[in-house]
Amino acid sequence: MLRYFLTRLAGAVPTLFVIVTIAFFLIRAAPGGPFDQEQTLPPEIMANLQSAYGLDLPIWNQYGRYLGALVHGDFGPSFKYKDFSVTELIGQGFPVTLELGSIAMALALILGIPIGTFAALNHNRVADYATMSLAVVGIAIPSFVVLPFLGLAFGIYLRWLPVAGWEPGSIRHLVLPVVALALPPLSVIARLTRANMLEVLRSHFIRTAFAKGLPLHTVILRHALRPTLLPVASYLAPAVASIMTGSLVVESIAGLPGIGRYMVQGALNRDYTLVLGMVIIYSTLLILMGLVVDLLYAWLDPRVRLVR
Amino acid sequence: MSGLFDDAARRLRSNPGALCAMFIILSMVALTLIGPWFNPNGGEALDWSHVASQPALQSAHWFGTDRLGRDLFARTLQGTRVSLAVGLVASAVSLLVGIGYGGVAGYVGGRTDHVMMRIIEILSGLPLIFFVIFLTVIFGRNEYLLFLSIGAVGWLTMARIVRGQTLSIRQREFIEAAVASGAGTARIIAKHVIPNVIGPVIVYATLTVPQIIMFESFLSFLGLGIQEPRASLGTLIAEGAGEMEAAPWILLVPGGFLAVLLLCLNIFGDGLRDALDVKER
Repeated sequence: MLRYFLTRLAGAVPTLFVIVTIAFFLIRAAPGGPFDQEQTLPPEIMANLQSAYGLDLPIWNQYGRYLGALVHGDFGPSFKYKDFSVTELIGQGFPVTLELGSIAMALALILGIPIGTFAALNHNRVADYATMSLAVVGIAIPSFVVLPFLGLAFGIYLRWLPVAGWEPGSIRHLVLPVVALALPPLSVIARLTRANMLEVLRSHFIRTAFAKGLPLHTVILRHALRPTLLPVASYLAPAVASIMTGSLVVESIAGLPGIGRYMVQGALNRDYTLVLGMVIIYSTLLILMGLVVDLLYAWLDPRVRLVR
Repeated sequence: MSGLFDDAARRLRSNPGALCAMFIILSMVALTLIGPWFNPNGGEALDWSHVASQPALQSAHWFGTDRLGRDLFARTLQGTRVSLAVGLVASAVSLLVGIGYGGVAGYVGGRTDHVMMRIIEILSGLPLIFFVIFLTVIFGRNEYLLFLSIGAVGWLTMARIVRGQTLSIRQREFIEAAVASGAGTARIIAKHVIPNVIGPVIVYATLTVPQIIMFESFLSFLGLGIQEPRASLGTLIAEGAGEMEAAPWILLVPGGFLAVLLLCLNIFGDGLRDALDVKER
C-alpha cells in the first residue's frame, strides 16, 4: 500500500513538469509584459526592471532558472504585487480557499449520498421526483447566479446573513458561498448515488440479504452502500475541479480573500510567476485527488488490486 | 434511422417535463428574435432621464434600465441571443472534432485507440478552465476565438461517445462488406461509420449546449468573454451582482433568463437522452 502510494507520488512529478512547461511557454507567448502601463516607461527604467527580474535573459535560460528555484520550493517574486513573493501571496490566500472548498466538498458528500439513497428507496414516488427535480436545478444553475440570488434573499431582504465580506473565524460569512459552491457537486452526487443504488438494489446479493431477514438499514449500510459509492468516488476528482473553478467567481462575488482572484488577474496582468504558481497549486491538488480516488476505490471494492 | 427517431419522439411525447422545457426554450428563442421589433429601445442607447429605473410595464423600459440608462429588456435579449449563438456554434465545433477523433479511435482500434483515449483521459483530468483562460489571454478577447476555444474544450466527452458507438458498429456486416469490397479506412469511416453514429451523437450534443452556455457566461462574468458594449448574460449578471443592493432587477432579469434557459435545456436534453437511451463509452 505504502509502496503504491510512493510510486504514484513519484509518477506525479513528470506530469507536473509537463504542465509547468506548457504553462510557462503559453503565458510567455502572450503579447505584452508585466511592466506595461498606461504611460510607457523610459527605456532605461524598463531595461533595469527587466534585468532585475531576469526577463532580459534568453527564454530557455529563464525557464531553467525558474525550474531551479522551483525545485527549492521557491515560486519566485510576484511581478505586480511588489514586495510580495508568490509563495507569500498563495500562503496568505490558500487557507481561505481551502477552508471554503473543503467545507463545500464535505457538505456535498454528507448531504448528497443520503439524499440519493433516500430518492432511490422511494423510487418513482413523490419524494424521488421532488429531490431529482431539485438536483436538476442544482446542476443547471451556475454558482455565479445562485450566490447573488442567495445574497439578495438572505442578505438584503431577510438580513439573516452577510452578503459579502470576510472575518477570520466567522462562520456566518462562509454560509452563502459554501452553499453556492456545494450545490452543483451535491446535485451530481445525489443523482449518481440514486442511479447506482437503484441498480445495486436489484442485484442478487441484496435480495439474499433481505431474504435473510435483515432490516432495511442494515442492508443499505452494510451491503448496498459500498458498491453504490464506486462511481461517486470516481466523480470526486471532477468535483474538486468544479469546486476550484467555482471558487474563482464565488470568492470574487463574496469578497473572500482566497487565491481564486490571482488566476484571472495574474493572467491579465502577465504576472508570470503568480499564474504559474496557481497552475502548480491547482494541478497538484487535482493529482493528489486522483490518488485519493484510487485508494478509495481499493477500499470500496476489494476486487481492485492496486499493486500488479 | 427513422425508426430510432420515431421511437424517440413517441417516448419524448410522454414526458411532460421535457415537452414543457422544449416549449419554453422555443418561446425564448422566438422572443430573442422578434423581441427587438416590439421594443422601442435599442441595446446601446443611453436614456439619461431613466438611469437605473425600476421595471414597469407602463414606462418605456419594461424590465427597467441599468446604471447607464440602457434598456435592460433589449440588453437581456441581446445577451440571450449571444449566449445561444455561442452555445450552438461551440457545440457544433465540439461535435465535428469529437466525431473525427472518436470515429478514428473507435474504428482503427488497437494501439492507436489506446493512445488516443489515453490523451483524452489526461486532458479531461486537467482543469481546462485554466487553458481557456490562457487561450483568451494570449489570443486577445476575440469572439470567434472564444467560440473555438470553448468548442475545443467540449469535444472530449463527445469523442468518447462517438468512439463507443463506433466500436459497436465496427462489428456489423456492412462494414465487413465494405472492407471486402476494398474500401479504404478513411472512406469507411466517412461513408459508413459516421452516418450511422451521427443520430445518437447529435442528441448528446443537445446536452452539451447548456454546459457550453454556462461556460461562456462564466468566462464573460470574469471579463474574459464578450466585451462591452456588447452584452452576454454573463456580463449582465456580473454588472447586476455589483448593483444588487440598490437595483436588484439589474441582477434578477439576466440571472433569471440564464437560470430558466439552462434549466430548460438541461431538462430537455435529459429527456432526449432518456428517450434515445444514449450511453457513454
